[in-house]
Amino acid sequence: MNDASTILEINNLKTYFYTDKGVVPAVDDISIKVKKGQIIGIVGESGCGKSMTSLSIMQLIAPPGKIAGGEILFQNKNLVGISKAEMRSLRGNELSMIFQEPMTSLNPVYPVGKQVAETLLLHNKHMKKAEAKQKVIEMFKMVGIPEPEERYRVFPHQLSGGLRQRVMIAMALICRSKLLIADEPTTALDVTIEAQILKLMKNLQEEIDTSIIMITHNLGIVAEMCDYVYVMYAGKIMEQADVYELFDHPKHPYTEGLLKSIPRSNVQQNKEKGLYSIKGMVPNMLNLPKGCRFHPRCIYAEDACREVEPDLVDVGEGHLVRCIKYKN
Amino acid sequence: MNIAKNMLFKKEIIEPSDELVKETFWQDVFKSLRKDRMAMAGGTIIALFILVAIFAPYLAPYNPYEVSLDLQFQKPSMEYWLGTDMFGRDVLSRIIYGSRISLLIGIVPSLITMLIGIIFGIIAGYFGRKTDFIIMTVSDMVLSFPSLLLAMVVMYTLGASLLNIFIALSIVGWAGTARVVRAQTLSLKNKEFVESARAIGVKPSIIMIRHILPNCIPQLLVLFTLEIPGSILSEASLSFLGVGAQPPASSWGLMVSNGKEFLFNAPWVAISPGIAILVIVLAFNFLGDGLRDALDPYLKQ
Repeated sequence: MNDASTILEINNLKTYFYTDKGVVPAVDDISIKVKKGQIIGIVGESGCGKSMTSLSIMQLIAPPGKIAGGEILFQNKNLVGISKAEMRSLRGNELSMIFQEPMTSLNPVYPVGKQVAETLLLHNKHMKKAEAKQKVIEMFKMVGIPEPEERYRVFPHQLSGGLRQRVMIAMALICRSKLLIADEPTTALDVTIEAQILKLMKNLQEEIDTSIIMITHNLGIVAEMCDYVYVMYAGKIMEQADVYELFDHPKHPYTEGLLKSIPRSNVQQNKEKGLYSIKGMVPNMLNLPKGCRFHPRCIYAEDACREVEPDLVDVGEGHLVRCIKYKN
Repeated sequence: MNIAKNMLFKKEIIEPSDELVKETFWQDVFKSLRKDRMAMAGGTIIALFILVAIFAPYLAPYNPYEVSLDLQFQKPSMEYWLGTDMFGRDVLSRIIYGSRISLLIGIVPSLITMLIGIIFGIIAGYFGRKTDFIIMTVSDMVLSFPSLLLAMVVMYTLGASLLNIFIALSIVGWAGTARVVRAQTLSLKNKEFVESARAIGVKPSIIMIRHILPNCIPQLLVLFTLEIPGSILSEASLSFLGVGAQPPASSWGLMVSNGKEFLFNAPWVAISPGIAILVIVLAFNFLGDGLRDALDPYLKQ
C-alpha cells in the first residue's frame, strides 16, 4: 500500500491537548503524504495547528498534549508509540527540524560549531572529535557561512540572525536527514535574508535529496518553494493540491481569501480597495462552531454550512477540498 | 572600484564581531566588576582573610591556645593589640586562627548546599509534575522551619563537631538553592535551544547537564557568594548558642559567646571577633552584589 518513494505518511493524526477547560483538538484528523525529494507546504493562520503537526511528527508534544489517534509512518515505521530511545536515534539523524527563532534556538553558552558537532557525535558513536569538526566546517561552507573555521568557535550572540539560521540548517542537515521539517524558518528574518535562506534550502534539498515539510503562513514562500500544498484551518485540512493547481484554481473559500489577501504591487488598486482581509478570527478551539469550522467567516456560507461538517472531497488530479460546494 | 568599496564595507561589518571574539564572557564580567568599588573592596578583604587563614601560624603573635591565668583580661596594648580573654589568651591570635574555621564553614557547607540544591532543583524543574511536587514539598517543609532551630536540632542529635556543622548547615540550606535552580530550569526548558537539543535526539540527562546547567551559572555564582556569609553567620549563631565549634577551638562565634559574660568589664573580648564577623560578612555581601550587577545583562537575557 505504501510505495517506496513515500517517505512520510500521516494517517488520521489527532493531537489533542487535555486542558482544565476541556479538550483542544489542535490537530484534528489530518492525513499528509510526503514523497522522496518533495517539498510540501503547510499553510494557515497562527494557531491553526501547523506547528503542532510538526511537533507531533518529531514526537515532541509535551503534556498536557497527546497524540490521541492515527499513525505517522516514517519510512514505513510508525512513530506513534515508538520507544523514546528509538525516537532519539531518529531525531537529528534521519528526521530533523528547524525552528522559527534562530535567535534562541542555539545554546548561548557554547560555540556554534561545537553544537553542530554535538549532533554528529550523538549519532555516530565512533566518530572522532577532529573528524566531526572537519565535517562541521565543510557543512558550514556548504550553507554559505563565511570563514567557516573562524565561525566554528564563535558564540551565537556574535552572529547575525541569518547566519544563526544557517547554523541551524547546518545542524539539521549534517546527518543528511531524509526529512527536514522547517517551522517558519524565515519568519524572524528580514526579506533579503529570507530569500537567501530559502534559496539555500532549495539548493541543499536538491544536493542532499531530502524531503522538506515547509510550515509557513507566507504564501509567497509556498509558491516559490513547494511542490504540493496543504491548507490548514482550526486543526483540519481545508484544501490540498499541487502548488500550481492551488494558486490557479483555489476551490475552498478560505484558500481563496488567503490568496486575495496577499498585498499586490498595484498601488492604484490598493488605494482604491484597500487590502483584502478575511473577516473575523480563528475560532476558539475549545468551542468550535457547529458544521463547517470556517462558516462564521465564510462569505458564501449557507444554512447547510452551519449544520453539517463537510468531508474532504477529491475534485480530481490530487486536488482535495473540504467544502459543501463540492461533492464526489 | 565599486567592488573594492563593497569589500571595504564588508570588512567593516565583520570586524566588530571579530573583536567580540577576543572578549570572553568572564573578561566582560570582570571588567564591569572592577569598576565597582564596593565589590573590589569586598574582594580585597576576602582575599586578605583567606591569606590570613592560610598563614595563621606565621601571623599570630602568640599561641592562641596558651592559657596563662596571670594575664587575664589584659586591655588592648602594644603588647596585646586586641587584649587577652578570661584565660589570658591573646584575642588577636585567636581571631587569626578562628578565621580558618569561619572561612571553612563559610565555603564548605555553601558548596554542599549548592550541589544538593542544583541536583534537586534541576530535576524538579525539568521533569515537572510529580517529581517536582515531591521535591518542592520537601523543600517547602525545610524552608518553613526556622533554620537555626533545625540546625540546632541536627547538632544536638549528631553531636557538636566540624563535620556535623557542615551537615546541619547543608540540610538547612539546600532548599533555597533548589528553588532558584528550579525556577531557572523552568524558564530555560521552554527555550528553543532546549527544544532543538531534543529535536536532534539529546537525552534528558545530557540536556540537564550540558544545556540547562551552564545557563544557570551566573545566578548560581551570585547565590554562592551570598550563601557564604549566611553560613558564617549560622555557624556563629550555633557556636554562640553552644552547639557549634567546641573549645578550645577558636571560632569567632564561640569567642563572642565566651566574651559576652564579661561584656561590661572586658568588652574587647567579645567586640573584636564580632567586628571580624561583621567585616567578612559585609565583604562577601558587597562582592555578591557587585557580581550580580556585573552579571546583570546576562541574568536578564
